[in-house]
Amino acid sequence: MSGTFGEVQSAELSAAAVQAPRANHLRLLEAESIHILREVASEFERPVMLYSIGKDSTVMLRLAQKAFFPAPIPFPLLHIDTGFKFAEMIAFRDQMAKDIGAELLVWRNEPAIAAGTNPIALDTKRCCGLLKTQALLDGLKHYGFDAAFGGARRDEEKSRAKERIYSFRDGAGQWDPKNQRPELWNLYNARVHPGESIRVFPLSNWTEMDVWQYIHQENIPVVDLYFAKERPMYVRPAPGGQETLLPVEQAFVAWPGEKPQMVKSRLRSLGCSPCTGAIRSDADSIPAIIAEMLSFRSSERANRVIDHDQEGSMELKKREGYF
Amino acid sequence: MSETTAVQESTFSIQDFLAEESQKDLLRFSTAGSVDDGKSTLIGRLLYDTQSVYEDQVKSIEGKGTTQPGQIDFALLTDGLRAEREQGITIDVAYRYFATDKRKLIIADTPGHEQYTRNMATGASTADATVVLIDASKGVLIQSRRHAFIASLLRVRHVLVAVNKMDLIGYDEAKFRAIESDFRALLSQIAADTGSPVTPHFIPVSALLGDNIVHRSSAMSWYDGPSLLELLESVPAAINSDKEPFRFPVQRVLRPDSTFRGFAGQIASGIVRPGDTIVALPSGRSAQVARIVTYDGDLAEAQAPLSVTLVLKTEVDISRGDLIASAEDAGTIARGCKAHLVWMDQQPLQLHRRYLLKHTSQTVPAYVTALDYRTEIGTLEHKRAHTLEINGIGVVSIQLPRPIVLDKYSENRATGAFILIDPATNSTVAAGMVREVVGRDSLVGTSSAAASGPVTGEERRRRWGHSGGELHLTGSVELIDSVERALFAMGAVTVRVPALADAVRISQLAAAGLLALVVAPSNEEFLKARVGEAEIIVETEDATAVTAVLELLEENGLLAAHNEEGSEYSI
Repeated sequence: MSGTFGEVQSAELSAAAVQAPRANHLRLLEAESIHILREVASEFERPVMLYSIGKDSTVMLRLAQKAFFPAPIPFPLLHIDTGFKFAEMIAFRDQMAKDIGAELLVWRNEPAIAAGTNPIALDTKRCCGLLKTQALLDGLKHYGFDAAFGGARRDEEKSRAKERIYSFRDGAGQWDPKNQRPELWNLYNARVHPGESIRVFPLSNWTEMDVWQYIHQENIPVVDLYFAKERPMYVRPAPGGQETLLPVEQAFVAWPGEKPQMVKSRLRSLGCSPCTGAIRSDADSIPAIIAEMLSFRSSERANRVIDHDQEGSMELKKREGYF
Repeated sequence: MSETTAVQESTFSIQDFLAEESQKDLLRFSTAGSVDDGKSTLIGRLLYDTQSVYEDQVKSIEGKGTTQPGQIDFALLTDGLRAEREQGITIDVAYRYFATDKRKLIIADTPGHEQYTRNMATGASTADATVVLIDASKGVLIQSRRHAFIASLLRVRHVLVAVNKMDLIGYDEAKFRAIESDFRALLSQIAADTGSPVTPHFIPVSALLGDNIVHRSSAMSWYDGPSLLELLESVPAAINSDKEPFRFPVQRVLRPDSTFRGFAGQIASGIVRPGDTIVALPSGRSAQVARIVTYDGDLAEAQAPLSVTLVLKTEVDISRGDLIASAEDAGTIARGCKAHLVWMDQQPLQLHRRYLLKHTSQTVPAYVTALDYRTEIGTLEHKRAHTLEINGIGVVSIQLPRPIVLDKYSENRATGAFILIDPATNSTVAAGMVREVVGRDSLVGTSSAAASGPVTGEERRRRWGHSGGELHLTGSVELIDSVERALFAMGAVTVRVPALADAVRISQLAAAGLLALVVAPSNEEFLKARVGEAEIIVETEDATAVTAVLELLEENGLLAAHNEEGSEYSI
């Protein structure tokens, strides 16, 4: 990771912006997201922003800076740390919070981590249940947050396509897809009873392409893992003559006797290292990533093991309280 | 990471691509349809033919669904939820995203059956255009009528009528033209009812075979118009409100330190520049705009729908929920309104009950004091009704104890819209569109301010919106309380006196303009209500009993009938 997070405020960028921006699709999406961020900050007692360090979270964080400028972001960031995040992600997270002066909270399901929970000892479903979903619910409850921003987009996955921008959760943090509040215009219903909460998705209407274009347009720093370089990978065969590239980050993922190879590769989506496959790539810049996306024919979550463990699996996770 | 050097290095015309992308706008459109009219197939086809579906998504549905072996069931690309897959229907609003060379598009994909009218309204509320599907083999059915009505009611300007399954009728032009003519007639009837005409476009298509969806079809040489996608690429997105009066609902006051005080919000309509004179409502104070602040630097002007922060030249007391508006046309401070409601909750509308009304960035108490009529969408008939059930649509009178600035929905889609929330369940129970603003000028002073002498009953009538009189109530204590509560909620000035009280005193109260509730409570289940000679007996304990008593007052001239013109504001 290089570059400082404050550099976008450089003099020439500010000068260039002193004219009415064209209302192109990114400006329209930005305006909508900022409106949502301000509504939540004003209508809830104790909101929090879930910060997962990935590109979507990073865009959401920039939008929060914009929404309240020149005032500071009026809520803390919360990272749910499974203990399996890439070391580069953790370093990036800490630097980011420091550079923008945000309050960063980290929550881990320590009992489960201490008990040796991992996706191989358990299956991915139960591992996610303990280290992500349970940790998230515990963390939100511990701090008494009544609204939590997440960086999810509706274009990511079919069940997300029906998620509201304000997603109501009952006292157990669960989502009922058949009982969602109608959401009209930009009028959001922020009322909850004690114990209930709202998950808020300011990037609902953004696509993966919009996110990368915005990162490019706004010159927003992202974790280096998104950029291609030679990295040690376990290279495994996958169905259909494909292959899986598994990053060498945790010792337990290796098969007996398995040796990593150096592969020019990058991650399309940042998750836990044992469950996030890399792809072969030469894309070492944002425009190159966008160019690569244009040539891709597979959606970004395809490299995440957890979405495929069962038909309709994301919907099940969300019902249980996952983002 | 080295973006700047990498940008220069990148070869292929990615820079050209990004430059083109930065010029694209955004069109939001809605669709509505039912299981068998091919809507999901049409959306799936649009996504597939514009290469907006990833291969793994195609793979995950291959060999499933109801189509022939080897064919892709496009409908499965858009049906998200498990329950829907099981039932084979679409039950909610699903949002889809795709892009063409010309623009980015967001689809709000909604079901078409009557029990999902509210979902249709939800999808239409943010849409600039809508695609109405008509099954060519069946003609204009109730669902297409309902969809067209909702589109007009929610002010979706462009209605793209896709006459589907043309392949099943042998691509017959005469049948297509007949449907077009039927539907045009229907649209003008609807416009007469809702007051907002739409611009229709008719396209003969086959979603299954792809005719006129993305590419123009060779099967219908008699049709020389654009394909559905070409239309979606060319209808104007409703983002230009530069000529409308400036409206800026304040979401938040930003005060990072003692030197900065900015008002954060999203411009609802119009355009603002430093130096403009604005007025803050409801206080009515005016000031000049000093700066338009953004993270990326100050702006020389900003227009809807940008989110910005305004700094004023002079200190004005403004807080969240206030409206900053252009001084020339500041809008109306409303004590109430007439509005179209789309009812969205299982619990029916209760007249005279306290709801919360969320409008722009504020939430205020509101009472629905009258239901003028319910619209039968199929026939456009206006039916007299006492309540609205889920998916019901009607025109109501709303009273606002705390006045707010309202515009007509036909003039401003942002400041003319509201939702109603049930304060007990916190459910969003209705969507509202303002038709008439009530209370114009009523806060700025009335003729009575200049009058002299004792205040007359007539002056009180104009102020309070009802005449003085006696309402005799005998029977159920609960119902007496409900009636008094309802009248109080409406702002009526009542006084409760026992039936044994001195008749002369009671008539003095009535003459002075008060509503005297002459009560003889008992443990009976029923309530007798009497005004003069007119008497009714009500038994039920719900809102209809109260409504019946209020109608008794209306019929006997004590309460202004809710559609009567002339009173300062109707209650």
